[in-house]
Amino acid sequence: MEYGLKPLGQEKTWLWALLLPTLIGLLFGTIGSLLATLLLSFFDWDLITPATFAGLSNYLALFQNAKYLDAFSNTILFTAMYVPLVVVISLFLAVMLNRRIFARGFFRTVYFLPTVTSAVATALVWNMIYGRDTGLLNFVLERVGIHGVCWLCTNNAMLAVVIVNVWGAIGEGMIIFLAGLTAIPRDYYEAATVDGANEPQQFFRITLPLLTPSILFQILISAINAFQAYDYIYMLTRRSGGDSSVPVAVFSIYRNAFHFFKMGDASAQAIQLAVLVAVFMLVLFWWERHFVVYE
Amino acid sequence: MTSEPYPKSSAAPKLILQDEAPARRGTRAQRPASQLARKATLDVISYLVLSIGALTMLVPFLWMISVSFRIPAEQYSRNLIPNPVTLQNYVDLWQKLPDQAFPYLMFNSFKLAGLMVVGQLLTCSMAAFVFAVVKFKGRNLLFSILLATMIIPSQVSLIPDFILFKYMGLTGTQWPLILPAFWGGAFGTFLLRQYFLTIPRDLVDAARMDGASLWDIFWQIYMPNSKPALVALAIFTFKDAWNDLLRPLVYLPTDMHKTTLTVGLAFFQQQLQAGGKFTVLMAGAFLSIVPLLIIFFFAQRYFIEGVALTGIRR
Repeated sequence: MEYGLKPLGQEKTWLWALLLPTLIGLLFGTIGSLLATLLLSFFDWDLITPATFAGLSNYLALFQNAKYLDAFSNTILFTAMYVPLVVVISLFLAVMLNRRIFARGFFRTVYFLPTVTSAVATALVWNMIYGRDTGLLNFVLERVGIHGVCWLCTNNAMLAVVIVNVWGAIGEGMIIFLAGLTAIPRDYYEAATVDGANEPQQFFRITLPLLTPSILFQILISAINAFQAYDYIYMLTRRSGGDSSVPVAVFSIYRNAFHFFKMGDASAQAIQLAVLVAVFMLVLFWWERHFVVYE
Repeated sequence: MTSEPYPKSSAAPKLILQDEAPARRGTRAQRPASQLARKATLDVISYLVLSIGALTMLVPFLWMISVSFRIPAEQYSRNLIPNPVTLQNYVDLWQKLPDQAFPYLMFNSFKLAGLMVVGQLLTCSMAAFVFAVVKFKGRNLLFSILLATMIIPSQVSLIPDFILFKYMGLTGTQWPLILPAFWGGAFGTFLLRQYFLTIPRDLVDAARMDGASLWDIFWQIYMPNSKPALVALAIFTFKDAWNDLLRPLVYLPTDMHKTTLTVGLAFFQQQLQAGGKFTVLMAGAFLSIVPLLIIFFFAQRYFIEGVALTGIRR
């Protein structure tokens, strides 16, 4: 069943010519740089003086340097809040939009808007909305008796950043769930209606189990995005001197590599982040074998 | 005379519908009134929640636009409708930023995003064609490796790429952003390959009989017949390139004539906020999203189908 055109005569050359850019990309862009990063992580190097072998010290720095540990725990905390919120809210929206509702297209477009527009531009306006004395959010909160929240101060900045990131991501999740929902045969619901099952029952007995592949997928995508979240965090929590009030792992990698030129530390952190992603995926695939329903 | 209309949109063939219609009428009659009432309640709740949600999604955009048309003295006002309305912020933005930066920033973003679209369409489609159509040793292995690279976080390649470009003397130029777009990519190759696989093979076999070369088949059969997938990839690439912040920050100089809109806006954020010029800043933010809004409204179908079909981004 393996289909394929056989290259004729000189066409072998064509074949590799067509593949050449991709091979270069694998060499320099992905596989090659993964190996290079791995190598760099065992050295101390500032790009000026010669590199010196550092053994595992760059990896151990994660546990010795309070700032590094802080960055990684921030990433994990951020992910732990962001992923469930994105998955639950976008699933909820998709289910409601799937009820053959009036103005469906309008809602779909509106929820999808932040996915299209740049985080930099929308972060600028969120920065205004979060303003302590002048912001729109505190103006609304005052109506319900909450006064003068300093959203971007250290205590609340994490929450503020999670809110904006979730706001920016639910549109895409909603589309993925809508696609999953339309794939569920209508007969199931019709049969359930005949048997007298109400909508909430149908949701928990039919929709949710049959949607587990989409849910798994959305958890995976959200987590990958969460581990790498950067733009909103940079725009909203940056301090003078280049520090941040919510330094996450990517922020730390960026600072180490391009401000302090500690290439070894930055590489080790990049590898640690990749390991974090890999471990998360393994857990997710274990979960898949036990819980995901495939028709 | 109870004429029960058929359900409006159902993909089921007509035969089944006719069998089903009487049964349906039966259920309607048996359904207790309380259940219908509950359905109506759920409808109302859905509308309410969706509308509040939609408002939350829209308010930041409306606020951005509103502030951009205000006079500076009104920038903190809580009225959505600016009073008086002014275009001065857009004039200032275009003419009065230091170094007259804004037109340059806009141009650079367009130029880079455009080049990246060209690079991705060309190189991803070439690889996708080979993976979808041509038989050669190691095809599946190579494709699996390529797909596996999708899970490598981009930060991992950032550091060695930076060192590589530094030794090539290219940091501080736009090349480190342009070149990688011309070395393919797992996402684009995967998306196009999926589409290429749906093109009928008879077409290829017929062309082969007529003596068409691999290149002819690629350029004259596959490319012209894959517009939806190519458009989707072009849109995704443009969007990611236009919105990218991290890589321009790393590679481009802080010269406002050479960097992109995202970096420029981040830079002017500090200056303009300190100077209390939120109005000009919002004009910049709004202008920076206008190109994407235009593309989105005209090509929404491709955007949404692209997300829904491949599901895989980045």
